[in-house]
Amino acid sequence: MYKIVSKQQLASNITSFWLSAPDIAKNAKAGQFIIFRIDDYGERVPLTIAGVDKGKGLVRIIFQHAGKSTTALSLLNEGEFVKDFLGPLGQPTEVEKYGTVCIVSGGVGTAEIIPVIDALKEAGNKVISIVGARTKELLLLEDDIRKASTELIVATDDGSYGIKGFVTNVLQDVISKEKVDIVYAIGPVPMMKAVANLTKEKGVRTLASLNPIMVDGTGMCGACRVTVDGKTKFACVDGPEFDAHKVNWDELISRLGTFKDLEKVSLEKFQNGGCKCHRG
Amino acid sequence: MPQRIIMPQRPADERNKDFLEVNDGYTREQALEESKRCLSCKKPMCVTGCPVEIDIPDFIKPLKEDNPAEAVKALKRKTNLPAVCGRVCPQEKQCEKYCILGKKGESVAIGNLERYTADWAAKNLKEKTIAPKSNGIKVAVIGSGPAGLTCGGDLAKLGYQVTIFESLHSSGGVLRYGIPEFRLPKAVLDAEVENLKDLGIKFFFNTLIGRTITVDDLWKDGYKAIFAGTGAGLPTFMGIEGENLKNIYSANEFLVRVNMMKGAKFPEYDTPIYKGKNVVVIGGGNTAMDSVRTAKRLGAASVKLVYRRTEEEMPARLEEKIHAKEEGIEFCPLTNPVKFIGDDNKFVKSMECVKMKQGEPDKSGRCRPIEIENSNFTIDADTVVLALGLNPNPIFTSLTKGLLLDEHGRIKVDENLMSSLPGVFAGGDIAGGSTVIQAMGMGKQAAKSIVNYLNK
Repeated sequence: MYKIVSKQQLASNITSFWLSAPDIAKNAKAGQFIIFRIDDYGERVPLTIAGVDKGKGLVRIIFQHAGKSTTALSLLNEGEFVKDFLGPLGQPTEVEKYGTVCIVSGGVGTAEIIPVIDALKEAGNKVISIVGARTKELLLLEDDIRKASTELIVATDDGSYGIKGFVTNVLQDVISKEKVDIVYAIGPVPMMKAVANLTKEKGVRTLASLNPIMVDGTGMCGACRVTVDGKTKFACVDGPEFDAHKVNWDELISRLGTFKDLEKVSLEKFQNGGCKCHRG
Repeated sequence: MPQRIIMPQRPADERNKDFLEVNDGYTREQALEESKRCLSCKKPMCVTGCPVEIDIPDFIKPLKEDNPAEAVKALKRKTNLPAVCGRVCPQEKQCEKYCILGKKGESVAIGNLERYTADWAAKNLKEKTIAPKSNGIKVAVIGSGPAGLTCGGDLAKLGYQVTIFESLHSSGGVLRYGIPEFRLPKAVLDAEVENLKDLGIKFFFNTLIGRTITVDDLWKDGYKAIFAGTGAGLPTFMGIEGENLKNIYSANEFLVRVNMMKGAKFPEYDTPIYKGKNVVVIGGGNTAMDSVRTAKRLGAASVKLVYRRTEEEMPARLEEKIHAKEEGIEFCPLTNPVKFIGDDNKFVKSMECVKMKQGEPDKSGRCRPIEIENSNFTIDADTVVLALGLNPNPIFTSLTKGLLLDEHGRIKVDENLMSSLPGVFAGGDIAGGSTVIQAMGMGKQAAKSIVNYLNK
């Protein structure tokens, strides 16, 4: 059992938890993820680690209320427990002194970039963060990201804050003005795909943090397989970060939709039943 | 010579609609009658076929006198998981293969008698196992599958302070996530694990050694020896066109969703599984058999088993093949897929196969299957399960410095099952075992080696 030590609502549909998990906090590195299972009826869900407090033994997760599991998770409160919490999983981010790094994020992916920014900054890189959101209300952790990065550029789809447009427009602009050594993308798959297409054309190496469906997350089931450079790779063992220019994005987008219909059934049942019945 | 007593089982078209156990187990009378067939050989050949060296005539003898309590004692001297072995061991390739009666007729049904004895104990022996006095020496076991449970159990019986670290959220390894309920009810596994807890073993879940904590952390924590039974990992894929279409699963994913995550009860349980109507499973081992029979129970109208060699060459346990056929699984031997075809939404809808024929024997002694030219044909399928085998789990091995591996990525061990790291032993899939009972045999051997190592 893993205790929720603090809870914060970052946007209407995005929640942040700090959980007590000392072993994970001690060993976690930037770019790694955890798998949680809310209770004995729960599914195993991967989430990127959004921060750690080694001293207090805490791990931060930030999640969008997307399906049943994350919606149910968002209803838990400080002092309550999550049944299972496994990590840190996956290969850490490849941290080196590259020079100038652009971190491009969108949606809830933005919540997970601070450990990566910190690690890259510490290695001596100039870090330009390009953060996209549909609208101002959905922009996450702006102050923290601004503080961590060398420079922060915000873009909103509707122009309600920062530059009006997509992160790819901003990235193109940055690349045209200065030499960018590497790009790191995390966010919705179509966004990462668009970033990869742009940087491939510009010849800038790009890493993307992939989020395929997972079950065990320990290299056993093969659910998270992705095609990279024509070869089958497992996101939980070989990833989650891969060379964005070599990822088969359309396959990833397709496979993420495997259980779309059933996920809807599960969420609707939960919302209609308001079901806390099997937890108690 | 009286005939072997057949294991009573539920009718095929009743059992293939639910997940309840297929075999009912012997009645007292049946066990009595079957045990009397055993000749109590002075030099029991059956024992030589048992990877965990169970004193087979010693446990069968009391059964002849209707004294299962004595039988249990004899059984538990050598195995910590008798109710599991009685159900999942390929006895026809082990103990029963060497039974002297088998030379001229039918061997003694050793597996059935083992199961009867273990089940009798679970039902009738209410007193808890008492943990022996601890010797204070800490041993870490990594992985709670059959290798780890056996090794840990043997060491705990001797008073060692055993902790089992498991990366998943529950114990048992493949016994929990792989082998279905209808073959090994999880209540049986739970009872065996409870026994081990009574012996003083501590379990830590959600702990992936190498990531959550490391081998160095274990040494620092005062563990004096480590047993790694980290199991099979990465499923094998075929690398053919269309393999990543939706509803093409590895057998591990398919079985984990249904067994460990209880996907058959979705949406009561959160983990979804698509209940295909037209299912094809590729492979010929026990995992393939478990997959076809699981698919049938999820409600498939048609389930086909596609295998590139002949039916006789399928490595699965004989009973599983027979049960699968009885339950309406269609076997398609000498058939190999060449590509998968998807619909507009990239869900699999069919697969193209070729017919195979037997060629010259290969290294394994089996005939090499050869493609028959222009024999291509199509099989419709809305769900495909690939049961093609597994590679050793790479996480622990790649993150533990100094651990030497063989060319397959398995931990290299010496004749005592010790790895290149002093004090680190290994068994089961990760060290070259491939069945539950082999894993248990290796766990047992490693326990002996650990005792020797610690007494040096």
